[in-house]
Amino acid sequence: MELAPSKPTSGIANVGRLSRRRSRQIRERAIELLLMSATLVAVATTLGIVFILLKESLVFFRSVSIVDFLTDTQWTPLFSDPHFGIGVLLSGTLTSSAIALALAVPLGTVLALYLSEFASARVRETAKPILELLAGIPTIVFGYFALFFVTPMLRTLIPGLPGFNLLSAGLVMGVMIVPYISSIAEDAMRAVPMSLREGAYAMGATRLQTALTVVVPAAFSGLAAAYILAISRAVGETMIVAVAAGNQPNLTFNPTEQAATITAYIVQVAKGDLPHGSVGYQTIFAAGLTLFILTFVFNLLGYWLRKRFREVY
Amino acid sequence: MAVPVDLRRVIERAKRRDVIFVVLGLAALAFALCTFVALFANMVSVGWSRLNPDFFTSFASRRAENAGILAAWVGSLSVMIVTGLVAVPLGIASGIYLEEYAPRNRMTALIEINISNLAGVPSIVYGLLALGMFVHYFQLGASVLTAGLTLALLILPVVIVATREAIRAVPGAIREAAYALGATRWQTVKDHVLQYSMPGILTGVIIGLSRAIGETAPIVTIGAVSFIAFLPPPPVSTTFPFLSFEWLWSPFTAMPIQIFGWTSRPEEAFQANASAAALVLVLMTLAMNAVAIWLRYRLRRNLNW
Repeated sequence: MELAPSKPTSGIANVGRLSRRRSRQIRERAIELLLMSATLVAVATTLGIVFILLKESLVFFRSVSIVDFLTDTQWTPLFSDPHFGIGVLLSGTLTSSAIALALAVPLGTVLALYLSEFASARVRETAKPILELLAGIPTIVFGYFALFFVTPMLRTLIPGLPGFNLLSAGLVMGVMIVPYISSIAEDAMRAVPMSLREGAYAMGATRLQTALTVVVPAAFSGLAAAYILAISRAVGETMIVAVAAGNQPNLTFNPTEQAATITAYIVQVAKGDLPHGSVGYQTIFAAGLTLFILTFVFNLLGYWLRKRFREVY
Repeated sequence: MAVPVDLRRVIERAKRRDVIFVVLGLAALAFALCTFVALFANMVSVGWSRLNPDFFTSFASRRAENAGILAAWVGSLSVMIVTGLVAVPLGIASGIYLEEYAPRNRMTALIEINISNLAGVPSIVYGLLALGMFVHYFQLGASVLTAGLTLALLILPVVIVATREAIRAVPGAIREAAYALGATRWQTVKDHVLQYSMPGILTGVIIGLSRAIGETAPIVTIGAVSFIAFLPPPPVSTTFPFLSFEWLWSPFTAMPIQIFGWTSRPEEAFQANASAAALVLVLMTLAMNAVAIWLRYRLRRNLNW
């Protein structure tokens, strides 16, 4: 350790100190580079996804025209007379997602409003971890629940409902998404400054009036982000529909029928032994690309909206 | 100007609506709780009779009453080891870089958008990535290694986001104090920032792993099968060189795959197996989540900067 700076130091010690500083700098730089390369793995993952999906889909689109892909009303890739109309799978995805959102959006919003504006701290601190646990349940378990619990229950209510149907899968998917919506929406509402609420209370507004006319508009972009991320989640959900909605490609918007979604189709084909380069192999990448583009748009929109509500306050 | 009687009625109506909404909120909460309870009650009532020691020590079988989850839970454990070993260092390193090192420029913003988008990519798309990349391009096959790497990429955003949030919560004064004593950036990060943010990071890691253990779609896509009647070779042996990494290349099955396989069987007896296995899986993920939630609440209580 250096005590007195005025003391003349030998040249050798000086060199030693300099090189120590130098080696310290090199080490710091090396660590920074190492950390940066770890970050690049995430970037490489995205690039890898885009590359693989495009590469395999391009082979597919060499034999099937994009127009057919988007407009054909049949999806029978493994038949002797193959048709590749992605719309068939999309109809299943849209129907099950619509059912899920029809349940999850009102339920999640009411829960978020209640927890953020009405519930006592104790209720909130108990309810939130339970909702988080609900969100942590594996989707295959929800799929099991849809097939063996919700479907039999629905069949007593709706006679003639088939054992596989979009309704049951969609409803369970909705339950799965509720905690997701309520947690993002609640975060957004809690970020609304107290002074806005106090202003409303001072004008004689009740809690509900304050919540609906002050808090909800102020948290709007956060709420919108919650809904959009929920859409993306519903569209990409796989196991619930693969287990409970059936695997029959079916151009329908009727929730009481069975149908395959994009995700369920991929699982069904990939589950069997699939020769690399076969038509079946290529179709799952084309279907995956469609799915990726759909969710990508929603994710970007959700990211942008979420960032906005964070920045305002 | 309203007459006082009318005004009172208006106020009463507004207050009644408040009460109605509270009832609505409680009903929503009750609905969520009931689903939770129904899910559990169903699994317990159908699967309880199958939950005996033999169930954990038997391989899958064509006869439902003999089938067990040995290969499944050993497979899940092996895959989780690979996932953890890959995702944890990578995720923490990325989190540190983005919070402590990265310049605030367009490049960093792009990386941030990219990570947030990755967190929203459907898990089955990761499966397609793995099928094209790991299985066919790198020729790793439907092995423990492929599944572990796939799930590691899947939970990477979770670990990164948790690390960043934990690091962001460490006040700048801690860093300034370290710099003032001549510490380098890395010394500051390693000896101070990381120490304080460790519980938060750990929470994120556990939540990520609990998500990975329940993921089905990506590992179905890479071609994992549900009927496996052997275990991966053990990592340690009594003969030279004592350590073996052959288990990484072994075919495997996992808990969610096993459940999926059993739910697809038409025989009712397999339904009991599916629900017993589902119960085990849920208890595993719930236990992991509970630890994470407990860590976080304890953390919030104890830390007052």
